[in-house]
Amino acid sequence: MIKKELMVVTKHEKIAEHIFQLTLQGELVLEMGNPGQFVHLKVSEGSTPLLRRPISISEINKDKKQFTMIYRAEGAGTQLLSKKVVENVVDVLGPLGNGFPIDSVESGQIALLVGGGIGVPPLLELSRQLVAKGVKVQHVLGFQTNNAVFLEEEFAKLGTTIITTDDGSYGYKGFVTDAIKDHNLQFDTMFTCGPTPMLRALEKLHGQKPLFLSLEERMGCGVGACFACVCHTGDDPTGTSYKKVCSDGPVFKAGEVVL
Amino acid sequence: MLDINLPGLSLKNPIMPASGCFGFGREYSKFYDLSQLGSIMIKASTQEPRFGNPTPRVAETEAGMLNAIGLQNPGVHKVISEELAWLEQYDVPIIANVAGSQIEDYVYVAEKISQANNVHALELNISCPNVKTGGIAFGTIPEVAAQLTKAVKEVSAVPVYVKLSPNVANIVEMAKAIEDAGADGLTMINTLIGMRLGLKTGKPVIANKTGGLSGPAIKPVAIRMIYEVSQAVSIPIIGMGGVQNVDDVIEFLYAGASAVAVGTANFVNPFVCPEIIEQLPARLNELGFEHVTECIGRSWKADAKTAHYSS
Ligand SMILES: Cc1cc2nc3c(=O)[nH]c(=O)nc-3n(C[C@H](O)[C@H](O)[C@H](O)COP(=O)(O)OP(=O)(O)OC[C@H]3O[C@@H](n4cnc5c(N)ncnc54)[C@H](O)[C@@H]3O)c2cc1C
Ligand SMILES: Cc1cc2nc3c(=O)[nH]c(=O)nc-3n(C[C@H](O)[C@H](O)[C@H](O)COP(=O)(O)O)c2cc1C
Ligand code: FES
Repeated sequence: MIKKELMVVTKHEKIAEHIFQLTLQGELVLEMGNPGQFVHLKVSEGSTPLLRRPISISEINKDKKQFTMIYRAEGAGTQLLSKKVVENVVDVLGPLGNGFPIDSVESGQIALLVGGGIGVPPLLELSRQLVAKGVKVQHVLGFQTNNAVFLEEEFAKLGTTIITTDDGSYGYKGFVTDAIKDHNLQFDTMFTCGPTPMLRALEKLHGQKPLFLSLEERMGCGVGACFACVCHTGDDPTGTSYKKVCSDGPVFKAGEVVL
Repeated sequence: MLDINLPGLSLKNPIMPASGCFGFGREYSKFYDLSQLGSIMIKASTQEPRFGNPTPRVAETEAGMLNAIGLQNPGVHKVISEELAWLEQYDVPIIANVAGSQIEDYVYVAEKISQANNVHALELNISCPNVKTGGIAFGTIPEVAAQLTKAVKEVSAVPVYVKLSPNVANIVEMAKAIEDAGADGLTMINTLIGMRLGLKTGKPVIANKTGGLSGPAIKPVAIRMIYEVSQAVSIPIIGMGGVQNVDDVIEFLYAGASAVAVGTANFVNPFVCPEIIEQLPARLNELGFEHVTECIGRSWKADAKTAHYSS
């Protein structure tokens, strides 16, 4: 069930250039399920900024009633969020959307997890849950440059992890798609989250295999009421059928929606 | 203390979600019992299904947001057979928002939707462009708005409220023309046309270029317009525009609104409507009112009294 709760900051730190890791505690964690779901945060009490900010869930710890998210502090809202300190509260609406379908891979199969930039965080909990299920995981994580890289160790503990940077300042130089080809990575199912051009390229190259993509779209309500976040469906003879990224997604099967 | 009677609408309280900010209620029904609401102004229905505008369709502004959703809806027939039928499980009278691009579209939708069991009133969205007069919004020319109102009144099985657009030079003239054409009530205000440009791109941040501004930023405009119009017409007004809390509601009533709709605030706090409904009696008590109707038009009623005594 979706809840709104003032959750308490238990940990908040900078983990890379402009990148923050925030852990929050509260009852809402008990409602969290599949990785890939997100929360909608109100970063200020007043009207500026007015709207909530969608941020993916990166790790879930139900025992401690804590979850972690990782975000890039860039615009007005995320910069305000980055000022929160331990014991402050954050107004959280969630969990929202449908996450990655863990059931689509079986124990013993291989899952390839491909993340781009700030699309990397939701893959961490996904990887953990897949490993717990007996799935073999491989990761290709793309970043712009050296000091933007984060979570490498955490992913490396779970399975093979290839880091790519656009400028070659760390790891493999080039796009995630090239790294997959060069390393001749084999997989049964691919899960991916990142910028739309990256998702498009992956869909084009690997769409014939089971492939699940997590999309980003500008949001108003985050719950399906405002129709801000709609996209066309893949099979749409009338031009009027749609999916809402917030409530039907953000994770879709390749081909389900037009990227 | 909160009940109020308006044409077609016998409301348990004067609070309702504004059209386009609540879908057809399904999403918010997961948060609370919709029967608590005074009414629900459902999302605009058009004759044919509409996908709406390309994304991004929303952008944030200082204390507000721009939207150019583009009236996405499944078409009036599906709205009746699926959405309104679903809403029948709740004890709440529905106000159906009607849109179109020419008079015939409105007439078609109004005739059909006004016959649904739970639709107790229509709200005409006259901010849509009139194709026949070359894409100018119905709501910007009093004669055109009056013509539309008359045509819809003829076919509607329930009272007709017309939703005024604030994007006009003379809102009172518009309101009077619509009242004279036979409207049973007014709802106001719709969004203000606005634009934002991206710093890096130099280009409009929403795909449609312009969008409708809503949220707390537009509240003073709404209050001013309701204050002016409510003194000039004798049909009731449902007020909206930036309402966020119980005090905003009282300010709208003071300005001359008889009921109040909450729009953008639902996105920020999904519980805003039931919270306001719960807080309203205590706030009215604190301010010395026994019934919510005593607040209506207090701003200008008080002015009138002062003027009388001083003359
Ligand atoms: C489902 C989903 C999950 C996301 N998960 C993460 C995550 O885990 N970590 C992370 O850093 N970012 C994530 N994002 C992107 C994040 O929501 C935006 O970076 C953030 O809203 C920017 O807010 P701001 O105040 O810094 O920017 P501003 O530019 O000040 O924001 C202005 C408006 O634009 C919206 N906006 C700006 N950028 C985006 C964007 N990329 N996507 C959607 N809306 C945007 C804001 O929400 C706000 O309404 C996610 C987005 C979505 C849709
Ligand atoms: C996302 C969005 C969609 C809207 N859709 C409609 C609509 O379909 N019909 C309509 O008459 N008004 C529509 N409106 C206008 C609102 O009903 C309301 O008049 C306006 O937003 C001002 O109120 P607010 O500031 O409380 O949001 C929409 C507003 C928003 C923000
Ligand atoms: S953000 Fe409102 S429908 Fe998706």
